[in-house]
Amino acid sequence: MSLEGFARRAVEAALASGASDADAWVEESTSRRVRVYAGEVESLSDAGAHGVGVRAFAGHRAGYAYGTDLSEDGVAEVARAAREAAELADEDEYEGLPDETGSSEVNGLASPEFGGWTTERVVELALEVDRAARSREGVTQVENSVYSDAQGSVALVNSRGFAASYGATQAWAYSSAFAGEGADLMTGLGVGMGRDPGELDPEAIGAEAAERALALVGARQPASRRCPVVLDAFVAASFIGFIGAMTSADAVQRGRSLFADREGEEVADPALRIADVGTEPDGPSSAPFDGEGTPTRSTPLIEDGRLLGFLHDSRTARKAGHSSTGNAARGSYRAPPSVGTTNLIVDAGELDLAELAARAGDGLYVTDVAGLHSGVNPVSGTFSVGASGRLIENGEFGAPVREITIASDLVSMLKAVRFVGSEARWVPFGGSVKTPPLMVAEMAVSGS
Amino acid sequence: MTLVAPELAAGVLERALARGGDMAELYAEARRGFAISLDDRRVERPQGGRERGACVRVVHGDSTYYGHVDGLAEQDLLRVAASVSEAVRGDAREPAALQSAVTGARHEVAIPPEEVEAARKAELLRACDERARAAGAEVTQARIGYAETHREIEVFGSDGSAAADDRTRIRLSAQVVARRDGRVETGTDTRGGHAGWELLDENPEEVAEKAARRALTLLDAVDAPTGRLPVVVGNAFGGVLLHEAVGHGLEADHIQKDASIYAGRLGEEVAPAFVTAYDDGSRPNAWGSEGVDDEGTPTRRTTIIEEGRLTSYLYDLLRARRDGVESTGNGRRESFRHVPAPRMTNTFFAPGDATPEDLIAGVERGLYAVSFGGGQVEPATGDFVFGVSEGYLIEDGAVTAPVRGATLIGNGLEALRAIDGIAGDLEIASGYCGKGGQTVAAGVGQPHVRIRELTVGGTAA
Repeated sequence: MSLEGFARRAVEAALASGASDADAWVEESTSRRVRVYAGEVESLSDAGAHGVGVRAFAGHRAGYAYGTDLSEDGVAEVARAAREAAELADEDEYEGLPDETGSSEVNGLASPEFGGWTTERVVELALEVDRAARSREGVTQVENSVYSDAQGSVALVNSRGFAASYGATQAWAYSSAFAGEGADLMTGLGVGMGRDPGELDPEAIGAEAAERALALVGARQPASRRCPVVLDAFVAASFIGFIGAMTSADAVQRGRSLFADREGEEVADPALRIADVGTEPDGPSSAPFDGEGTPTRSTPLIEDGRLLGFLHDSRTARKAGHSSTGNAARGSYRAPPSVGTTNLIVDAGELDLAELAARAGDGLYVTDVAGLHSGVNPVSGTFSVGASGRLIENGEFGAPVREITIASDLVSMLKAVRFVGSEARWVPFGGSVKTPPLMVAEMAVSGS
Repeated sequence: MTLVAPELAAGVLERALARGGDMAELYAEARRGFAISLDDRRVERPQGGRERGACVRVVHGDSTYYGHVDGLAEQDLLRVAASVSEAVRGDAREPAALQSAVTGARHEVAIPPEEVEAARKAELLRACDERARAAGAEVTQARIGYAETHREIEVFGSDGSAAADDRTRIRLSAQVVARRDGRVETGTDTRGGHAGWELLDENPEEVAEKAARRALTLLDAVDAPTGRLPVVVGNAFGGVLLHEAVGHGLEADHIQKDASIYAGRLGEEVAPAFVTAYDDGSRPNAWGSEGVDDEGTPTRRTTIIEEGRLTSYLYDLLRARRDGVESTGNGRRESFRHVPAPRMTNTFFAPGDATPEDLIAGVERGLYAVSFGGGQVEPATGDFVFGVSEGYLIEDGAVTAPVRGATLIGNGLEALRAIDGIAGDLEIASGYCGKGGQTVAAGVGQPHVRIRELTVGGTAA
């Protein structure tokens, strides 16, 4: 049976058990993972997964259930559990299936080259990443070099006649290198991603890991100061991921976002433009429709320094008198749809990294932050996070530094972004973010 | 064995070793979960799940080959075993005959949560919401979550070992927002255990009330100080410090890659002589406890620091075999979709002789870090960062103003050496620990602990 067939069966079962409306999300995927250590394959996996998630409505009450059993009985049981769960929820007049459904055209989600990559070839790729990292002089060890990929299909069917499916492929690799020894040991991460392994550059991923670690060797704790800060693309992406989460209309409506009541207000420097783009061909989170069947699209979030709007699913949209922006996200069939970002994209500027440093004059170049998940208050936006990187002296990169914290609040930071770099890249943490480095005019840096 | 018949397990293991390997393992799991939350005065997101699946792994030399599949159908298990074996390059081996199953210590579950009517769980959320809002007029929002999981696992090894475990966990959590003028603050609290509904018998609404009090307190918070200061760390969730700054570095995978600052330091004095610490997966009904771990090894109490000396690392089977020692019962995995790795269970400092008041009284100017929002550590260097979610200034030996935005930053070894007092009020809190893409239930705990000096990154200029 096709995935849509299983989903249709689940929707019918939900209606049969008394649901007034329902939708069902069915997934099937295979994934591989190769982990290399010391030039040898440390682990290799090849896995398959499938499951169904059913959202059942009892009027304006919604319940959810999921399961791995796709047999007729298994699907019926999941549907019944969703219907029973709906009875527990309180009435929510905005709850229900989306008003607008359909698919956007998104090209290139599944690479035709993917199938030609045998396990032997991806093992060789992972070994190459590892060799590239280990071969750099000064690298004392490579903790891990990992290749992973996934190939999957999803189908969504609802009781109002929507039925669609799509397939996608994705490949990632990363390497974690060490440089220095003992108390001076520093780590560096290199990453790459694409629709198939051929889009990964193993040499560049390994080299990035090595260079990031080597650049920090001999790092010391600097004196506290307030100064310009250049955030590299990894660090910028982590912050942009947070900003993106704050534009969720759900967080806004529940009073959990610092952007609540600030639509149209000035929240950033005009240099910074951020959009959520669910249709970007090379975006890891792109898809033709979102987790409840609304077509994906591009939603500008911050332009000309102003907060233009929020990300919606059908429930938050109804509540706000807006239309859904196609941001009902699903992590997997194990979770009901909820508002989430797709791909956050920061428009690139014109200055390369060296020029950003030159504009900073005397300041700090941050290449790593730690503790973001605990160090940022999502409501007030204040944060204080651990960081490491290098000093910037007279516009040039200087001595490496560690054990520092940088503190500010997110809006002050956004308003202080003076320059946006030209070298944008995809970063697979903080969600799915494409950003260049950013120069922030001033932040509090505490060290010794 | 109710998930996989021993005859089938034997067949899977035989096929897994068809092209050699030092050991093969079949891990089968059936899990059921239910969760419901309340937000903005409304009970929402009720959800249930049922999953079954299995993972087959073959270890050959230093390499691990594995695969997993959703469902426990005979043909799927045999197919995964065959596909895993294809990656191995050697001669077929015969698995040993399976023995009867080991089950380890039982954690008493008096009232299985599945037997409690779902409507009562929704009622509990409403009662918590009311309690949170009753704590003060400035409380504006409460989000209460309830979750239960029931996992049955079975593990079969090619050495003939067989084990089973039955795990029930429940957890109640509260996140409360208080607002005054433009200021918004959040307080949280949780109660969780490897236990049944009885865990919530006594005053469960206290969880919401504590969260509310934290949020209200923070409304009066001043900016956190910056600099090197003495820090008194609170009990229960304060144990995140030990978990992050020490525990992760003792996990044998990091040690064997020399990617831990604790590598090669067994027997060394790493802390003052009055410091002792344990990882204890057998502690009755504690959040991170299990009967056997996810490789079938019975859980136990492992002394990691004894009177200041580093005494043990934390092992799974693979790393134990490499070091020629026994597994410490720390081979854990998030689910059948993962291979095990050495992970902490419940990790805590043993109680000392002081009282929390003694510890605070000895500080002229410092920080009282009651609870953390979370933390992160780089095991290779021991460098850590913690966000303080509830903290106060200590001035002239007394707790004074609440502070916000404080971050503790430092190094595990240095922080251990700088401990200069431990109180007697040990308590264990329920947390989740993420590592290598897997999240497991981890108990963190300690009595009040004082550290002579740590870097506090504050928001005050």
